[in-house]
Amino acid sequence: MIPWLTLAIALPAVGALVLWALPRASAETAKRTALGFSLATLLVAAGMALSFDVSAAGRLQFEEVHPWIPYFGVNYAVGVDGIALALILMSVVLVPLVVLAGWNEHDDRPDGGRGYLALVLLLEAMMVGVFAATDVFLFYVFFEAMLIPVYFMIGRYGRGDDRARAAVKFLLYSLAGGLVMLVAVIGVYVYGGTFLWSDLVGEGGALSALSPETARWLFLGFFVAFAIKAPMWPVHTWLPSAAGASRPGTAVLLVGVLDKVGTYGMLRYCMELFPGAVSWFVWPVVGLSLVSIVYGAVLAIGQTDMMRLVAYTSVSHFGFITLGIFALTPSGQAGAALYMVNHGLATGALFLIVGFLIARRGTALIADYGGVQKIAPKLAGTFLVVGLAGLALPGLAPFVSEFLVFVGVYEFNAVPAVLATAGVVLAALYILWMYQRTMTGPLPDTLSGLRDLSGREAWAVGPLVALIIAFGLYPQPVLDVINPAVERTAEENASEAAAVADGGAEEGDEE
Amino acid sequence: MIPLIPAEAVEPELPGLTEAAPALDWWLLAPLLTVFAAGVLAVLFEAFVPAGRRGLQIALAALALLTVFGLVLAQMATLPEEGALLAAGVLAVDRTVLFFQGTVAVLALVSLMLIAERRDGRDAFAAQAATVPGSEEERAHIMAGSQHTEVYPLVLFAVLGMLMFPASNDFLTMFIALEVMSLPLYLMCGLARRRRLFSQEAAVKYFLLGAFASAFFLFGIAMVYGYAGSVDFADIRAAVESGGAAVFAGGEGEPLLVMGIGLVGVGLLFKVGAVPFHNWKPDVYQGAPTPITALMASCTLVAAFGALLRVFFVPFGGSVQVWEPMLWTVAILTMVAAAIIAVTQRDVKRLLAYSSVVHAGFILTAVVANSVEGLAGAMFYLAAYGFTTLGAFAVVTLVRTKDGGQEVGDLDQWAGLGRRSPLLAGSLGLFLLAFAGIPLTSGFIGKFAVFEAAVAGGATPLVVVGVLSSAVTAFFYVRIIVVMFFRDPEGEGPTVAPAGVLTGGVIALGVAATLVLGVFPQAFLDRLLPGAEPGAEPVSVTVHQVTAASGEG
Repeated sequence: MIPWLTLAIALPAVGALVLWALPRASAETAKRTALGFSLATLLVAAGMALSFDVSAAGRLQFEEVHPWIPYFGVNYAVGVDGIALALILMSVVLVPLVVLAGWNEHDDRPDGGRGYLALVLLLEAMMVGVFAATDVFLFYVFFEAMLIPVYFMIGRYGRGDDRARAAVKFLLYSLAGGLVMLVAVIGVYVYGGTFLWSDLVGEGGALSALSPETARWLFLGFFVAFAIKAPMWPVHTWLPSAAGASRPGTAVLLVGVLDKVGTYGMLRYCMELFPGAVSWFVWPVVGLSLVSIVYGAVLAIGQTDMMRLVAYTSVSHFGFITLGIFALTPSGQAGAALYMVNHGLATGALFLIVGFLIARRGTALIADYGGVQKIAPKLAGTFLVVGLAGLALPGLAPFVSEFLVFVGVYEFNAVPAVLATAGVVLAALYILWMYQRTMTGPLPDTLSGLRDLSGREAWAVGPLVALIIAFGLYPQPVLDVINPAVERTAEENASEAAAVADGGAEEGDEE
Repeated sequence: MIPLIPAEAVEPELPGLTEAAPALDWWLLAPLLTVFAAGVLAVLFEAFVPAGRRGLQIALAALALLTVFGLVLAQMATLPEEGALLAAGVLAVDRTVLFFQGTVAVLALVSLMLIAERRDGRDAFAAQAATVPGSEEERAHIMAGSQHTEVYPLVLFAVLGMLMFPASNDFLTMFIALEVMSLPLYLMCGLARRRRLFSQEAAVKYFLLGAFASAFFLFGIAMVYGYAGSVDFADIRAAVESGGAAVFAGGEGEPLLVMGIGLVGVGLLFKVGAVPFHNWKPDVYQGAPTPITALMASCTLVAAFGALLRVFFVPFGGSVQVWEPMLWTVAILTMVAAAIIAVTQRDVKRLLAYSSVVHAGFILTAVVANSVEGLAGAMFYLAAYGFTTLGAFAVVTLVRTKDGGQEVGDLDQWAGLGRRSPLLAGSLGLFLLAFAGIPLTSGFIGKFAVFEAAVAGGATPLVVVGVLSSAVTAFFYVRIIVVMFFRDPEGEGPTVAPAGVLTGGVIALGVAATLVLGVFPQAFLDRLLPGAEPGAEPVSVTVHQVTAASGEG
């Protein structure tokens, strides 16, 4: 049997080492090596996806368990269910595109981009690892260790004078959350006696005898870390500054993949490890999600910088994801899981296109652009398509997930579903208004001679657009992979969910 | 302490007194005797070998420390699991003690590499410490190339104290070990070649405060003696468990015990540098010659924690309810106060000093856990931290002002170091990440070990305080990384002295230990304690040996 997951973790890590070992003066080789390793990883992941048994997507597959630190009961344990597989595939699709999109970014760097690309590959290894880990300790190791490459990607290779501050802010927020989670991780071990996820969860699992109060505290410990990562209002403030100070490629991985670890963690760890504590947190989290949806959208409207604008739209989108997760209905959670994948594709594409604009004029300010569609119609057209995906236009992939989330939330309670629609309306405003200000209108003199989409750029963003359209028209393959895993979670939470739904309905009536 | 009372005069309740010479286990005493003999020999070298004895001194010291490490390893293989009493019961050796001794030997050996390093024919120590700084006489000595090879015997004597400190089995021996360890350190603190006044100030401060701490310790011993009627650990433990010596009825000796524990605790907590007894650390770490700072930050901390663990687990093991609240308070104060003060520091050595205080606080959480896991966690933490901190100070010795002058402490001048010397800055970056407890470094495993023990021991609030102050400490570690990697050099910036083989070796060892202990800690964890299966008895293994031995006697 091929150890697919280990291969997918090791390959980019080896690539990072190779890049570091490369001689200084070989910029072109560095780029090609990085692209080669990321494509090879994509091939490995594709091979894994092909041998994935969709009919059994609800349980862990490709499992590998090797003892790592038996003294603490820690194993190197990896395995994927449908949700993890979808997220890993999304990550490994994004990485080569990021490398390709930033092809010429490194030309003026003294090290020819070696350092940056090595960090990208290192991060890829950790991204695969964090989604694949089935040992809580191993998950924590990846969760924390992946901060370091991103910290350097922002602080050292970022944009603008504020990048060091933004990098520190990002790192400290994430570390603070991670350290709180460390207490909960220790708690899981002390109370459960094992770190193996499969031994911990379920009826008769090691944590099933946990007292409700302890479960609540441990749930909270995990949740704080995931909420910061996701990011959820009011601990979202690091994201706009981090994204604003990032290279577009970094922002794609940061918002598209890293933040998903937060919502994935809620689904995988909060929900499944502590089903008894979930009901207690439903309404507070639903409330915070609604605030995130509206607050993120309103602030996105007010932004003058496109990178920050996209970051704020993500705060709003993550609100939808957490709302779907905590609605505790199968369609809500399926929608949330699908949303994670679609958001990665759509927001990734949006960041890449903003990156193309930055590569042309060195600025992400909306005020510096206008009338671009007159001279660069292909660029403007792609921008419009991915923008519309961002506002969940029917026919494009995000619509399916957003719709499922709404259905799920409505089943749970009508009030939050109605309130959340405000986010949809505002989404139209921030996306279309940005498009209008940058792409339409008179062309300022400063922009004359702006190049249209080059072949390389088209290859970088094209696959994402294709996927967005394909999954918009025919989302069934992804849903087939995701649904069984979601249903497993939902079954475990079924009794809790019912209890909460009753309670929630009463509360809703009171309102 | 060989009693000379005739056998027939011995009271029946004093079975330990005899006129026969005590049986000495030469084999188990060998590490101590080796260092002692080497120290004495080194003093003789100073007196009788003419100039050019530096190489000889270094070779002797290195050989002695290597021998100690070899002996400790050999003893580890042969020592019975319950340990053994040595030299009429004043010393006790078991796996835990051997671990501390071995760690001290290795870390001292690595520090010795830093101490022995020379740049342009000059080491880090004053040409002639007895001269007035800035005087003609001093200049003459510098021109003549005088040097203090006395440093090496001093190091050996300090190490002797450190080896004895955690092995002591009664309070008087422990006090002697404390002084043997401290006096050479006071001296060495004042020997810096550059900024000599600063260095002398540090030495005086350290000496005065250290003398106070020793006085507290001694006073505490008197109280405990009053309570238990003995200074022997096994007797004290028996007395604590039975409510005091025979003269006390109905627990009226309790205040004596509480005061004794408190005062002894002050002495020990001063040595580990816990708040509120930490004030010496930043000044002394900053003023002392950096190689000596490295020695103190690694070896002294290990030895002091070894003694502290022993005292709280063995003689006071039966009165947990007395010392636990005290250590809770001190641990919380240490973690919070030191982390907050450290944020305002601008000097690298002071920062590392405060960081050492915070780490002492983390290790105290494992002491509070009062369990075998806590003991093992503290042991792992100390070894891991020792290597990392040695590496960090080795980097500090290399970053100097423009013309290869003195070390640059001010952080602002470190700007852009990552561009000029990526390897050096990268190593320091790794050490800082280890201090901050990022996974895949030894610092994370250590932190996990002590916090896990503390949660299992019911000290969850302490761990929450610990992780929050960890987040604060991360801020200043990360700030150093920002300065080194994300900022452009200001003006001339610091120059990096070319790393000699020795300093380079220390840094390489630090990097290797930090990574290996971070990624593959199992082999090391397995050897910490004999059969330390989680959930074993909630007292140190040292207890078995002490009680068993006293029962036989």
